[in-house]
Amino acid sequence: MNTMSSTTINQVQAPEEKVMPVTEKKPEDTVLEEGVTVGTPFADDPKFKLRDVEVFYGESRAIKKISLDIARNEVIAFIGPSGCGKSTFLRCLNRMNDSIDICRVKGGLLLDGQDIYDPKRDVVELRARVGMVFQKPNPFPKSIYDNVAYGPRIHGLANRKSELDDIVESSLRKAGLWNEVKDRLDAMATGMSGGQQQRLCIARTIAVSPEVVLMDEPCSALDPIATAKVEELIAELSESFTIVIVTHSMQQAARVSNRTAYFHLGHLVEVNETSKVFTTPEHELTESYISGRFG
Amino acid sequence: MVPNKDDVYGDHISNRFNDELLALKTRFLKMGGLVEAQIDSALQSLIESNGELAEEIRSKDKLVDRMEMDIDEEAMLIIARRQPTARDLRLVISVIRMVADLERVGDEAKKIARFAIKLAEEGQAPQGYAEVRNIGAHVMGMIHDSLDAFARLDSEQALRVMKEDKRVDEEYQSAARALLTFMMEDTRNISHCMSVMWVLRALERVGDHACNIAENVIFMVKGEDVRHTPMEETERIVGS
Repeated sequence: MNTMSSTTINQVQAPEEKVMPVTEKKPEDTVLEEGVTVGTPFADDPKFKLRDVEVFYGESRAIKKISLDIARNEVIAFIGPSGCGKSTFLRCLNRMNDSIDICRVKGGLLLDGQDIYDPKRDVVELRARVGMVFQKPNPFPKSIYDNVAYGPRIHGLANRKSELDDIVESSLRKAGLWNEVKDRLDAMATGMSGGQQQRLCIARTIAVSPEVVLMDEPCSALDPIATAKVEELIAELSESFTIVIVTHSMQQAARVSNRTAYFHLGHLVEVNETSKVFTTPEHELTESYISGRFG
Repeated sequence: MVPNKDDVYGDHISNRFNDELLALKTRFLKMGGLVEAQIDSALQSLIESNGELAEEIRSKDKLVDRMEMDIDEEAMLIIARRQPTARDLRLVISVIRMVADLERVGDEAKKIARFAIKLAEEGQAPQGYAEVRNIGAHVMGMIHDSLDAFARLDSEQALRVMKEDKRVDEEYQSAARALLTFMMEDTRNISHCMSVMWVLRALERVGDHACNIAENVIFMVKGEDVRHTPMEETERIVGS
């Protein structure tokens, strides 16, 4: 029995003794090559075609040659540590960066094949097509009804009061808010709860029938219930809109998006199917970030 | 336990998360060690006709069962608390799967011990014990190597374990034929030989469980599920 009894409990070594090679380098110090993104950054017939995009704030370069396609009706999540450029990149998509004097955008940014940064382009029309929801709910100090009706009015989307009523109702329904507010449409929007205000802002955004909705950390100021409602909404909206969402919550990205893009110090490191990113990411940095090893 | 910062599961920002993952890994390996010892003792009790040792194995199986439940609970708490992703997620999921295999190996040890008692009581000539010894050593090695592959995150070693399984199956077939011959030679051997056959069957199952553990190690390391996958494909994944 010598052969068999040679294996005992002591021979299975505890993990402390199995040391991986000691590396001085931290994952966040990895040197990244400009313009190189692993995974699947490109799509056929994309809604947005973005090539070698660079964004400068004065002298400093916040976005370093990022190329990415955003497909029609997809939900894509942008994740990354603070200051990695994900919000800056998001704001290029409807020229929200125009309001910052020192900000310059270079590279090819096409929406349905047309240059977003064409000087002749009507920015108001662009933002009607590419709507935005911000981190903090920012309803106008007006009634619930007027908040939603504001966009359709200025864009002349309704000729009659009844048409406007229809738009308001359908937008509030899509935002999952109708049943909660239908009896008090004249009440001030600022009196609503945070979660309701955020859903109102979403209703306001979709009232002008945009093609794309950009969301910059839409749930960071919301409680878990309100967050769940907004996430439900994202799933429903994705049937008719393209959605780009910046989020600090990894679980949120995993729950709501089809693809996830990982940004790091102005680079786009990896873009992949969300299911892949959260189970078997391709890039070491993505893995380190999503599993809480730095960030 | 002091978490090792250089371990691939020990470098999170949250030290408590590090502790939890390393504790899970350590506990799994402890259970693996216990199960290995159980099989080892079971074979010893059979070959030495040691009924006392066989009884001991049967009572120690309760400890194996307890460890399975504890590790499962620990893994569940990690999922609930930490929402692990990527390699951490693969570790937790694999441990949940592999712990079930280890528990089954423990059951096989108990089964062998039961036959050891029966055979000791019958007190017949030890026919077929050479085969038991042979296959026993083989599958013990597989269990040991699969646990070692887990501890080292060594997918190549895991692949070697998977390849061994085919040889165990062949050895089992040939041992079964030998026992059949004994039975045909003298029908009074049938009861004894059938018991030995069950022991061989249990050992063959242990090899299968070692193989399952190896598959999970490859999943942990490579991120690809190689269950129900042709060997050439598994080789390609491990080699990539």
